[in-house]
Amino acid sequence: MFLINCPYCGERDQSEFVSGGEAHIARPKQPTELNDDQWAEYLFMRKNIKGIQFERWNHAHGCRKWFNVARDTSNDKIEKIYKMGEQPPKL
Amino acid sequence: MSKNLRINNKQFVDETRKLSFVFNGKKLYGYKGDTLASALLSNDIHLVGRSFKYHRPRGIMTSGSEEPNAILQIGNDDALTEPNVRATEIELYDGLICNSQNCWPSVNFDIGGINNFLSPLLPAGFYYKTFMWPASFWEKYEYFIRKSAGLGKSPTKQDPDMYDHRYMHCDILIVGGGVSGLIAAKIASDDNKKVLLLEDKELLGGSLIYDDNDISKIDNQKSSEWLKKLIENIKNDKNIIIKTRTSLAAYHNYNFLLARQNLTDHLSVNDRNNKIRQRLYKIRAKKVIISTGAIERPQVFHNNDRPGIMLASAVKKYIDYYGVRCGLENVIFTNNDSAYETALSLHKSGTKLNAIVDIRENSSSEIVNKVKSLGVQIYWKHTIVNTKGYKRINKVAIMKLNDKGNDVIGKKIELNCDCLAISGGWTPMVHLFTQSGGKLKFDNKDNIFVPDKTNLNQLSIGSAKGDFELDDVLKNSIKDTKKFLQIENSNFDKIDVQCSKEKEKKNIWLLPSDKPLSKTKPFLDYQNDSTAKDIKLALREGFKSIEHVKRYTTTGMGTDQGKLANMHALGIVADTTNTNMGDLGTTTFRPPYTPLTFGTIVGRNVGQFFDIFRKTPMHDWHVDNNAKFENVGQWKRAWYYPKDGETMHDAVQRESKAARESSGILDASTLGKIDIQGTDANEFLNRVYTNAWSKLQIGKCRYGLMLNEDGMVYDDGVTTKLGENHYLMTTTTGGAANVMSKLEDYLQTEWPELDVFLTSVTDHYATASVCGPNAKKIINKIFKDLDLSDESFPHMSFKEVKLGNINCRVMRISFTGELSYEINVEASYGKYIWEKCIEAGKEFNITPYGTETMHLLRAEKGFIIVGQDTDGTMTPVDLQMDWIISKKKYDFIGKRSLYRSDTIREDRKQLVGLLTDDPNEILEEGAQIIKDENKKPINMLGHVTSSYFSPTLKKSIALAVLKEGKKLKGQKLLVPMIDKTIKVTVSDTVFLDKENERING
Ligand SMILES: [Zn+2]
Repeated sequence: MFLINCPYCGERDQSEFVSGGEAHIARPKQPTELNDDQWAEYLFMRKNIKGIQFERWNHAHGCRKWFNVARDTSNDKIEKIYKMGEQPPKL
Repeated sequence: MSKNLRINNKQFVDETRKLSFVFNGKKLYGYKGDTLASALLSNDIHLVGRSFKYHRPRGIMTSGSEEPNAILQIGNDDALTEPNVRATEIELYDGLICNSQNCWPSVNFDIGGINNFLSPLLPAGFYYKTFMWPASFWEKYEYFIRKSAGLGKSPTKQDPDMYDHRYMHCDILIVGGGVSGLIAAKIASDDNKKVLLLEDKELLGGSLIYDDNDISKIDNQKSSEWLKKLIENIKNDKNIIIKTRTSLAAYHNYNFLLARQNLTDHLSVNDRNNKIRQRLYKIRAKKVIISTGAIERPQVFHNNDRPGIMLASAVKKYIDYYGVRCGLENVIFTNNDSAYETALSLHKSGTKLNAIVDIRENSSSEIVNKVKSLGVQIYWKHTIVNTKGYKRINKVAIMKLNDKGNDVIGKKIELNCDCLAISGGWTPMVHLFTQSGGKLKFDNKDNIFVPDKTNLNQLSIGSAKGDFELDDVLKNSIKDTKKFLQIENSNFDKIDVQCSKEKEKKNIWLLPSDKPLSKTKPFLDYQNDSTAKDIKLALREGFKSIEHVKRYTTTGMGTDQGKLANMHALGIVADTTNTNMGDLGTTTFRPPYTPLTFGTIVGRNVGQFFDIFRKTPMHDWHVDNNAKFENVGQWKRAWYYPKDGETMHDAVQRESKAARESSGILDASTLGKIDIQGTDANEFLNRVYTNAWSKLQIGKCRYGLMLNEDGMVYDDGVTTKLGENHYLMTTTTGGAANVMSKLEDYLQTEWPELDVFLTSVTDHYATASVCGPNAKKIINKIFKDLDLSDESFPHMSFKEVKLGNINCRVMRISFTGELSYEINVEASYGKYIWEKCIEAGKEFNITPYGTETMHLLRAEKGFIIVGQDTDGTMTPVDLQMDWIISKKKYDFIGKRSLYRSDTIREDRKQLVGLLTDDPNEILEEGAQIIKDENKKPINMLGHVTSSYFSPTLKKSIALAVLKEGKKLKGQKLLVPMIDKTIKVTVSDTVFLDKENERING
């Protein structure tokens, strides 16, 4: 079980959090302008990489805030935690 | 005890406390401090079970958790009996009852033993090759396999024991209370760290505590004496919490570990009453030190599995710790010096040692020289080529090894023995290290895998890391612990250690015999009866990966997880394929390290504590009025209220008739409620619902449908505009939490610019929903001053009124199609307002109805229930709810997906009504719908989602999803059931009051 350092509450057990999948996929501002393929790209396509992956996590049983996590999927090490709206770190 | 097997030894076994126990129906005795295994051995019992495949007689082999054979059924109580308990791990208690498992009719005469003579027919992969074909025969095979498989008996009644869970936090967790763990604990404590020390045995000290030879010395004292002083010191150390009888089950990432403590298993059954049996610790440690030690490995030779063949270290422990001789005529077979300690223990206890067989050329260490000086016959460069004795070993045959070690030469010599102590070196217990994600490296010198890289804040010390000699163990443990904890000096820095040093090493994974391999049985995995032959067969058949070889031969797949077998399996694969062992990799060790009972895993979460349940403020009233409840998510909802022995069907018919003809009342408190405030609240609603919200006026309500971004219906509910920037949204009962987090997600991540605040108020308000033609009269009796005229208070509107001091939000909304009012009050007034309604409605026969009647009433009106009539694949268009999709809005969640190529297909499943040709026939929800029974394969067109008998319409009605359903109105279709086929006609989804006239009473 991970130990996740919520940027608002501090270190808590993973059981307090839910994962929200890949981070930095912005909802298109003008969905109606997109063709099916472009919309499908946003809707369905997600990366599944071995190595550093940028993810969204939510402190569901805590402050309910969303934030970003850079996690190494090969060993589950959390390299960096940063707030929503911040740019992903160079790792 | 006909033979004199028990030696006076009062140190760890209390001979003043005699305990009786029953093994296979026979009453026997042992002492407090014995394990079941040592007590059996003291009664000269080695034969305890039969092997899994060949049903060969098997005896106690070890003294710990690696035991492959002595696996017993404990107890004979239907609720408390426990299978697969290792005799080496369970402490003897008075009245213990145990039985051998894998034998029928008895361990001494076992019918499955015939498999032993059939063994040429049972090679590796036999089960895979034979029983998988033809597939239809599997059921027959399974019956026989299950019957002859020795897996013990499960209890047939509920486990009456109590189990417990507890969280623990510490600076340093030390796993294993042997000498290295104890030293590490002391060093950490002296540095003022909070230490948690786990030991799976009842006493601290590991194997050094009963080490009685005169060669090992620490600070000029006998090593065991030195250790006892350290233990006393540690027991009084306030920084160190010690948990004995506690074994680590799992080591997860981020130093999260699970450990199981046995609290009552060592007590006699009568002393266990009302005590917690086992406790599971959930430990979060800043740093972890693994000092789990090592286990001795056997050697692999022909017939190496007879009762009486034991690990040399076990023979030593039974003598030195339990005071039990495992035999009166002993032979030792070894490839290393450590077995010579067993020789000294045998000598010291006056037990006959006939010979030592050593595969090495010679050894000149201090300990070997001492054994030599005792005049013990040592056969150097010899190996055992065979053993004899069916139920107990009585002879070994030995021959000289050639220089290469791959064949035997010279004359065969036979030696008598009733106990053969074997040692093939030591394997560090790296299971926990690898469980935690650590990577191993191969050490060619000792032929072991040792901890290499880890991502966690952890350290392995002692023999768990590959140090086997006392001076290495102590000095490296001190050095590594100091470095790990970043400590300059410790009280152990000047420690003086003396011990014997091994100079000659030799290892042969598969020892040769005078017979060809095909005629021999060199066992690797005793539990699964896999031999070296099976490994070679697997390699010949093309299996290369060690993981595949393992599964094909089942090596290492028993309850001992191959603690004894894995290294030899790897070694033989490496030798046969000319590969370096280090390049082969190892199989994966998975938690739990030793088996856990289900009781320990679930702890207190059983029965009524299995899950939390939520009750509405009116719950007690429902109970008092004979409601039956159904679970909706975590809520207990009133399902129906049977009167005078009514069935559910009868009750629902009565309740729904009353609601349609006069008045009914429903507890709607469980609906999700979200309070929405902020200057952008209106814009927010426009974005999350499919319909338009801009023109909604204060005091009005509107139904909304919420989609996922993929265009599929996600939730629905009515939202009321309470004020200029203030709304109250309702959601489905089951969807409340998900809707809340979905909306939060959009607000925080996609639209942070919106000024909107969400608060879950589901639990803050209670809701009584009064419906029916007389609803207005009832509400009027309660709120005398409230103008209920259609002009002042029309359908889909809201008023705030006071009842005494209670603020009431009254909404005129309907899920039944009847004139209907929902009264929302603060939760604490819920029961009061409910009873007020019941009282006011008495003269109108107000009838409480449950969820079942609610479902029927709304189905008559064709209103959907999200999650029942939808399943995450239905768009609003599929539901024939096109009217709720705003054409004007530029965007809302899911809008773009509504015209993807897939969502605009005309042959999607669509919501329709179904009427049975026989109006009394009620369809089963979930039943499939077809057109043609005869054309196979039958094409499934859809399924029934909701189905009821309507007392108002006096016929059966159903909702269903059907391919191209919109075009099929009037079509005759079929619903095949197991015993009949029901004829149906596709209809409109609205069955009752298509003109919506009842809504105005
Ligand atoms: Zn938080």
